Amino acid sequence: MHNPQLNKNGELQHLITIEGLPKAIINHILDTASSFVSISDREVKKVPLMRGKSVFNLFFENSTRTRTTFEIASKRLSADVINLNIAASSTSKGESLLDTIDNLSAMHADMFVVRHAQSGAPYLIAKHLNDTKQNHVHVVNAGDGRHAHPTQGLLDMYTIRHYKKDFTNLRVAIVGDILHSRVARSDIHALTTLGVPEVRAIGPHTLLPGGLEQMGVRVFTNMDEGLKDVDVIIMLRLQNERMSGALLPSAGEYFKSYGLTPERLALASPDAIVMHPGPMNRGVEIDSAVADGAQAVILPQVTFGIAVRMAVMSILAGTHA
Amino acid sequence: MPTHINDADGFDFDALYRDLLGQVRTGLADVPDAAIVGIHSGGAWLAERLAADLGLQARLGFIDVSFYRDDYARKGLHPDVKPTRIEFNVDGATIVLVDDVLYTGRTVRAAINVLFDFGRPQRIMLAALADRGGRELPVAADFVGAHAQLAPGRSLALSRDAAGQLSLKTEDDNA
Repeated sequence: MHNPQLNKNGELQHLITIEGLPKAIINHILDTASSFVSISDREVKKVPLMRGKSVFNLFFENSTRTRTTFEIASKRLSADVINLNIAASSTSKGESLLDTIDNLSAMHADMFVVRHAQSGAPYLIAKHLNDTKQNHVHVVNAGDGRHAHPTQGLLDMYTIRHYKKDFTNLRVAIVGDILHSRVARSDIHALTTLGVPEVRAIGPHTLLPGGLEQMGVRVFTNMDEGLKDVDVIIMLRLQNERMSGALLPSAGEYFKSYGLTPERLALASPDAIVMHPGPMNRGVEIDSAVADGAQAVILPQVTFGIAVRMAVMSILAGTHA
Repeated sequence: MPTHINDADGFDFDALYRDLLGQVRTGLADVPDAAIVGIHSGGAWLAERLAADLGLQARLGFIDVSFYRDDYARKGLHPDVKPTRIEFNVDGATIVLVDDVLYTGRTVRAAINVLFDFGRPQRIMLAALADRGGRELPVAADFVGAHAQLAPGRSLALSRDAAGQLSLKTEDDNA
């Protein structure tokens, strides 16, 4: 099947998922991002690339941080950003998703940044734009359901590359609620594509999806065993709503088994880095001493995230159908 | 005086470079703290050499104009963007902008815009190893190694081999 993210020349037209994305495109995004990092240190924190383009932030699900970083990235590219208040908009009056898209396209949108609780919503929008010959409009998936969060995956790869230089000699552990995590899924696809030889998933049985082994992932339910000698630890947020279901006993119990403490961190390689996509729950999945410690690169992740989103948007906006 | 060269004769990089270096040295005689900024890729290699020969390594910078090009809407983002690195204070500085080949002037226009996003320079001068004419913007170089005559459909660029040796070569435009 034709990959709807790519145009007929194999160039990136939309960014929906890292799954199936060629390694060359991932590296191109990371290389471009490294050129954007320094722009934030300049007198004028802007480049004129997307001057005159309109970026619509369509967040059907709340996310202050991701929306803000996309907004900053758009503005540093000189695009005009329109944040739609979905809760107060036509969708709540019964308008269908694709009718909303067609109306915004008629307002000369150039790009949609879409966050949706439903897996596949950004794909549906991209496919609709392609099918209706509106493929000059680009779509960036800013997180859809349990499916994918490609810009988070890419900024995680940027962070790992920044600190570790080479992917091909790394052990990377992803810890926590893998089952519900679109970040974990995007990270696993990206790590595998970039040639990381050992990806581990650590979590309780109830939060580990099936099929991880088929994706080349080693599965651990014992955190101490799973952390042994790893170079990178990616902690996932434990979503509070999981606690109310039958999946977990309590936050305290979870921390006892899967919280990242200084003692557990000591089991990893001495120069291991600790990552977290945020927002963090201190004392639930991560100890404050680790979150604020020398090995944490959680705040640099946020900074790199802006450069990575600038890279994604500027590559997409320059791609023709 | 810059020499006139053409495609058929081939280009002697070392002779052109020596000529350009002499002009820049003379031009900067009264500017003790000038800065040298090269435009990626060819201009960056040249700027490195010039800064070393003029003792200005501490005030050397590099510009990639990809984020400022006027053909982004038509051609998209350049596949190989290099980092722009300007670590000296641009405010009040005299800057020699360096490129390998001066042609339409569009790259120079973009590079000047980059510099202004770092601050307000006192003065910007332009050095090019070769000027091949064909200007589409009102841009002129202060220092030129040679005026090049090229056959239609040919382009000119600096290249660097594995040993770091620079040479000026022509190739077909769409190569």
